[in-house]
Amino acid sequence: MENLSPSALFQNSLQLKSILGTETLRKDQLEKILDCAFYFRELRDKKQPFPMTLEGTNTILLFFEASTRTRSSFALAAKNLGGNTVVLTKEASSAQKGETLLDTARTIEAMRPDILVLRHPSAGSPHHLDKHLAIPVLNAGDGFHEHPTQAFLDLMTIREFKGEMKGLKVLIVGDIAHSRVARSDTYALQTMGAQVSVCGPPTLLPPKMEKMGVKVFHHLEEAVVGQDVIICLRVQLERLNPAQNPSPGEYSRFYGISLQILEHCKKDVLIMHPGPVNRGVELSPAVADGPNSVILNQVGNGVLVRMAVLHLLLGGEPFSVKESR
Amino acid sequence: MSENLIIRGGRVIDPSQKIDQTADVLIRDGKVEAIEPGLSVSSDFQEIQASGLVVTPGWVDIHTHLRDPGFSYKETIQSGALSAAAGGFTSIACMANTQPVNDNPFVTSYIYQKASECAINIYAIGAITQGLEGKHLAQIGSMYEAGIVGISDDGNTVMDAYIMRKALDYSRRFKLVVISHAEDTCLKGKGVMNEGYNSTRFGLRGNPKAAEEVIVSRDILLAELTGARLHIAHVSTAGSVQLIREAKKRGVQVTGEATPHHLTLTDDAVGAYDTNTKVAPPLREMEDVAALLEGLKDGTIDALATDHAPHSVTEKEVEYDDAAFGMIGLETAFPLYYQLHLDKGLSLHRMVEAMTQRPAEIVGIPKGTLKKGVEGDVTIFDPKHRYRIDKRRFYSKSQNTPFDGREVQGAVAYTVSAGKIVYRFEQLKE
Repeated sequence: MENLSPSALFQNSLQLKSILGTETLRKDQLEKILDCAFYFRELRDKKQPFPMTLEGTNTILLFFEASTRTRSSFALAAKNLGGNTVVLTKEASSAQKGETLLDTARTIEAMRPDILVLRHPSAGSPHHLDKHLAIPVLNAGDGFHEHPTQAFLDLMTIREFKGEMKGLKVLIVGDIAHSRVARSDTYALQTMGAQVSVCGPPTLLPPKMEKMGVKVFHHLEEAVVGQDVIICLRVQLERLNPAQNPSPGEYSRFYGISLQILEHCKKDVLIMHPGPVNRGVELSPAVADGPNSVILNQVGNGVLVRMAVLHLLLGGEPFSVKESR
Repeated sequence: MSENLIIRGGRVIDPSQKIDQTADVLIRDGKVEAIEPGLSVSSDFQEIQASGLVVTPGWVDIHTHLRDPGFSYKETIQSGALSAAAGGFTSIACMANTQPVNDNPFVTSYIYQKASECAINIYAIGAITQGLEGKHLAQIGSMYEAGIVGISDDGNTVMDAYIMRKALDYSRRFKLVVISHAEDTCLKGKGVMNEGYNSTRFGLRGNPKAAEEVIVSRDILLAELTGARLHIAHVSTAGSVQLIREAKKRGVQVTGEATPHHLTLTDDAVGAYDTNTKVAPPLREMEDVAALLEGLKDGTIDALATDHAPHSVTEKEVEYDDAAFGMIGLETAFPLYYQLHLDKGLSLHRMVEAMTQRPAEIVGIPKGTLKKGVEGDVTIFDPKHRYRIDKRRFYSKSQNTPFDGREVQGAVAYTVSAGKIVYRFEQLKE
């Protein structure tokens, strides 16, 4: 077999072959991604054309779980920079015919794509592929483990509205145990110097969360006090286990952000949500559509951070707004 | 067939006779005849020069999976026997979770038929329940007549306490030990690793220590109720060690074993998502590793056992959630045990006892000793030899080990079964 020379792929400004999670990312790497995303944002806002830095590249989007926004946002991101994407879902891949994930990935790699974006229900799947493949692997969500690009877009949104992240207080509310967003956000926010707290019913908090350096709350009224940002996690209604939470109504009663809860919050608190929102469960409609909500900004930023990581991982120049002036 | 062998000048350690001295070991017609310094024999004796080496009774491993019948692509009785010999084991017991399950005398007889063609001793453990389903008692009496040395649904837990109680009651008629795989299925859920900080970090479903401890507690109470002999397989938590310690103090007939991996690895090892670290019960935390070692030293953990569980790449080169549980152990066990002696203060006497006398007593076989008249099963190891574990050299048909590449000290030099050399370091493979 021909040697695909993985070392050559490290020749990028992030000094990374792949992005599997935020736990091991350094602050300067996060900054580079954000700077680049803000650069693309400025081009977009000024209606200037994006550089075609992904021209002639092929991005494979291998999605083993249903996803609307992450998948379409990756596809748009690649297209905005002139790249091609191919979407493969569990149904369309040979997984249905019994092919293993590794064989599927090796088959895809033999077609010489430039980067593989993987969404998979099992934690560690992108790590598993990364060990065997020479091309970069970008984790688009693995089980309950990590979802780094979601963390990047959350960081970008927070920076957009709050500026400096150091010392900011951020609360994550909901099903922390089964949330890759919670983990990726926590690591990335901590690396940027923010103070992270989590709040949820004890049944939906993973063990020893405190050891990550986060404050753990079970009472929402207490948890929200003094927070600069509140990130609500989606309750997977379709998967809600009655042993973990009795009913959506009861969840909403104790952990939903309502106007009453908002009264305990700072006036300028940012309300975020990775979507899709279960209206009336995690957020009351008045809050979801209210002045503190930046949920749609998050979606827009999602495309920009994904442009940034594809661009940077494939060796693109580390753009930033300042330098471009 | 007459097997005459003299092992010259090694340090002989036999805890069953409280022997630790430099001596010769004389085996005549396949049986141990004498342990004394400076023995003279006629010239037709085969001789092993063992000065600088340690000579012990042949090692006994009461927890292996040989996958035969049913899964010969992972291991066979034949390949398992070779793997055992290379690892220094002269007697091993194999668990019942084959296909078909060893829950009847026909499968038991098949195993002993195959075993009779092997160079070492293989003993069968029968199922507790039919098909390992936890519902109806297996044909324990008939399997006993066919030669089983214990009963276990290993791999599964007998979740129905009433069935477990009846199995313990029934076992007394045959003086068979009941070996418990202690994991509460409901509490374990879909857990693939220890529940703790690391499962939170790695985003994998956790299996709490309590899942093991509730069954250990239950089975100790049932052993107390019935007066039967209970053995806890692969003890993995500090809590279980304490439960066994307390039960022994009360006089309950309970014993315990620990595996090389639970004694040397923590759930930190899961971090790279190497599926070779996926095992049941899962790798635990530092405090558990320390408690197991303490238990091993004070005898609460009676025996060392590998839980040799071969799997092919098909079961292991997959997502962590989907990978099979288990790792092989026969060919890596000794240097890992020996490391506990070198680095962690485990006495050589206790180590050898836990590899010979105690496991043999638990399943009631006349092994693990060099008493005069027993079959001449001897293991000789080189305490100085340093090397790197290399899975490509294994005799096992499988390579699922997280220890590949590890630097170790202590190597099996000779494995002797009934006076016959069945393994010699670096040479058997040619």
